Amino acid sequence: MEHDDSKGAVKAYEPSSGLAVSIDDPIQNPGLPPHRARLTDVDVKAEKRAERTIYTLFYISVAASIWAVAAYMLFPIEDMEFVSIRRNNLFIGLGIALALLAIGIGAIHWSKTLMSDKEYVEERHTTRGSEDTREAVVEAFRTADQESGFGRRKMIRNSLFAALVASIIPGVTLFRGLAPHNPDYSPAELLKQTMWEEGEYLTRDPSGTRIKASDVTLGSAFHVIPEKLAALSHSDGLLEEKAKAMVLMVRMRPELLTEREERKDWSYDGIVAYSKVCTHVGCPVALYEQHTHHLLCPCHQSQFDVTDEAKVIFGPASRPLPQLPIAVDDEGYLIAQSDFKEPVGPSFWEMH
Amino acid sequence: MSTATEEKKAPLGGRFVGATANYLDERTSLSGLVKALGRKVFPDHWSFMLGEIALWSFVVVLLSGTFLTFFFDASMVETHYTGAYAPMRGIPMSAAMESTLSISFDLRGGLLVRQLHHWAALTFVAGIGIHMLRVFFTGAFRKPRELNWVVGFVLFVLAMAEGFTGYSLPDDVLSGNGLRIIDGMVKAVPVAGPWISYMLFGGEFPGDAIVGRLYTLHILILPLIVIALIAVHLVLMIVNKHTQFAGPGRTNKNVVGYPMMPVYMSKMGGFFFIVFGALVLIASLVQINPIWGYGPYDPSPVSAGTQPDWYIGFADGALRLAPPHLDFTIFGKVYPMGVLIPLVVLVIFIILVAIYPFIEAWVTGDKREHHLAQRPRNAATRTAIGAAGVWFYAVLWAAASSDLIATHFHLTMEGVIHALQFLLIIGTVFVYFFTKRICIALQKKDREIVLHGFESGRIVRLPGGEYQEVHKPVDEYERWKLVADETFEPHVPRPNDQGKIKGKFRASMSRWFFEDRLQPLTNAEYRAALEHQKHALHEHGDGGHPEIESGDTKH
Repeated sequence: MEHDDSKGAVKAYEPSSGLAVSIDDPIQNPGLPPHRARLTDVDVKAEKRAERTIYTLFYISVAASIWAVAAYMLFPIEDMEFVSIRRNNLFIGLGIALALLAIGIGAIHWSKTLMSDKEYVEERHTTRGSEDTREAVVEAFRTADQESGFGRRKMIRNSLFAALVASIIPGVTLFRGLAPHNPDYSPAELLKQTMWEEGEYLTRDPSGTRIKASDVTLGSAFHVIPEKLAALSHSDGLLEEKAKAMVLMVRMRPELLTEREERKDWSYDGIVAYSKVCTHVGCPVALYEQHTHHLLCPCHQSQFDVTDEAKVIFGPASRPLPQLPIAVDDEGYLIAQSDFKEPVGPSFWEMH
Repeated sequence: MSTATEEKKAPLGGRFVGATANYLDERTSLSGLVKALGRKVFPDHWSFMLGEIALWSFVVVLLSGTFLTFFFDASMVETHYTGAYAPMRGIPMSAAMESTLSISFDLRGGLLVRQLHHWAALTFVAGIGIHMLRVFFTGAFRKPRELNWVVGFVLFVLAMAEGFTGYSLPDDVLSGNGLRIIDGMVKAVPVAGPWISYMLFGGEFPGDAIVGRLYTLHILILPLIVIALIAVHLVLMIVNKHTQFAGPGRTNKNVVGYPMMPVYMSKMGGFFFIVFGALVLIASLVQINPIWGYGPYDPSPVSAGTQPDWYIGFADGALRLAPPHLDFTIFGKVYPMGVLIPLVVLVIFIILVAIYPFIEAWVTGDKREHHLAQRPRNAATRTAIGAAGVWFYAVLWAAASSDLIATHFHLTMEGVIHALQFLLIIGTVFVYFFTKRICIALQKKDREIVLHGFESGRIVRLPGGEYQEVHKPVDEYERWKLVADETFEPHVPRPNDQGKIKGKFRASMSRWFFEDRLQPLTNAEYRAALEHQKHALHEHGDGGHPEIESGDTKH
């Protein structure tokens, strides 16, 4: 951090000024303005007042710290009341805040009113080391090179480089452990299948109760999961399966639906079920606007038209929501005909 | 520190302090450091305090975060909450969520520290951002400080990473949805997307590994790098010495200001307590991230109006503004452009921010050291670039709340998105030109004041009946702040020995950078204007008011 420019002044260091052009006859720097005394410099009363203010603030801080500890004891939260937590948070917090603010304001007031406000001038030095220093450094490297033969013994040097680079690779290799252990288990394949299969009952999320087609009234929307999913526990992959299998089901008048010929039998009497995973980046497409039959993703505002195969009508998503083909069993409960025919959720490289 | 040698005089601060200082110095050579830094001069300006906000709020983050680690359980093992908050009792959730609820409801002062940690983290990122803007617009990134700009930039990115990893830890619905968006973006990466996602989450999303992994990043390696880089940042600041604004007596070769001891020790130390106190005040009054209202993470529910913490907003907004329907498939492989375009745009934007000092240095070819912070108006093109960048960022940021803008102002969702897309592209270009014109106009105003004085507010009636406002000259100290002492000429490419013209690109860049510049005033021009002004005042025959003629230097 210290410089010794006096020795290095052999040849002046003059870096290029580039495109900068100085002007011949510039207006001159007038130099430092005369020092102006503050009120506390000239008025003893003001000085005393500032002094009183500062020590009062510091004593207030002491009192506030004591208050914060007292508040810790005076406002317990063990009675399980919400209001107790609020009081505990508020009164401890106010105590600590006042204690800290008073120190800060006092210290700054001290520096501004009572400490000398005389400005000092310090010279700057060029950041680069002096010529002597730089030459000494070059010399140090040269000597080290000669004594080690680092530049001369190329075989040693290059083999060292090779060894250093190679030594990193085992460390990187260890992270292979993050990948699936079963080689048949490709992440992309996993993304293409969900828990839905032929005959799987559509059930309410999260209770897992079956849904009769007749219960799905016109205009209603159901958050749906496979029946098997409700039985899963956390450690069996409840959330992972739910993240793929969740479905939103709505009913509208059948004539409103625009359906391709080959998908005509995927719906049941105006009831349609679509994946609830947004095809943009995977948020739940949970907002159903009843009178327009639009589904809205609350994360990035993609909108899907449920009457028209959940095609994207606005927003950053590109693919329609995959449709779950449904039917009813003999007792009138809704069941799936099969899994989704395409991957749910965000698009990815090996999707097709 | 040299008390040991002064045998006759009583040691400074008493015998105990003297003996302690001696003990330390004989073992650490500390006296040299104190000698170098103790009375080191730092310049004073309110804007130099902005970086301190970041520094001190990081200290608060560190202190509050350490407390939280004693009670937080970074595990996704399923458990049931049994604590004080009745509505959540018995609900299955991860241990991470359960311990976060316990910190909030079952630990006295726990909620306070949790809220303090979150508020301090938001302030940390905000402090860095504002500090970067100050450095950018005053040209304080110029040689020799380019590297410190890059260090600070990396700190900004790390601060966002710290923020995001922390935000994801409680494993509530909001943090889980944040991770889900990250997961969706990762899956969009060509070639390896699903694999990276699988490895990151330790299986399929959400898995039960991610909280533990993020926790390690959040409290170990990221803070370690942040602390190391803050140290580098501060050491470089001391080595380079702080920039100062141009002013009377201040030159590129000196530093004018107050000494480290006692003034800055008191001001900076005091400011630490003010930042700390203000953050505790906010934490005790303003609720943040009430996870008990959201519930444990479940992929299915989400509420309308979900938003990330403010510093991730620009990335979320970029996702919302991406042009739709550009995904394509080549050889059966999918390129999800709805995610890739915003990603690429953000990466380019961020890289431009990081390397801007080098671009400007290349254009100007200026290799000298610069220690005078510029007034933004005097570097019109840079200020215009910066303003355009701020605008670009701000529109992306606003877009993260596009749905709330629509509902609050009764607009259509589509209208808001289209308006923001328009503002993002056209607005950025407009802001560039608008700012540049404003800067040049302000330069002209400065020149006007130097040459013809400022409007005094006094109207005089001339013998002919004409009314005129008396202009008074500014005093020499004020005037010095308004004048420049050098200008730049665009690079002119010349043929070399082979007759080839090189550097055409740099030439056109420098023409663009320095077009419409004002020639600085010379002393002669200024003297002439002053004479003219005096002469004019004399002609008005307003002898009864000598201060008009002489120029009242107090104002």
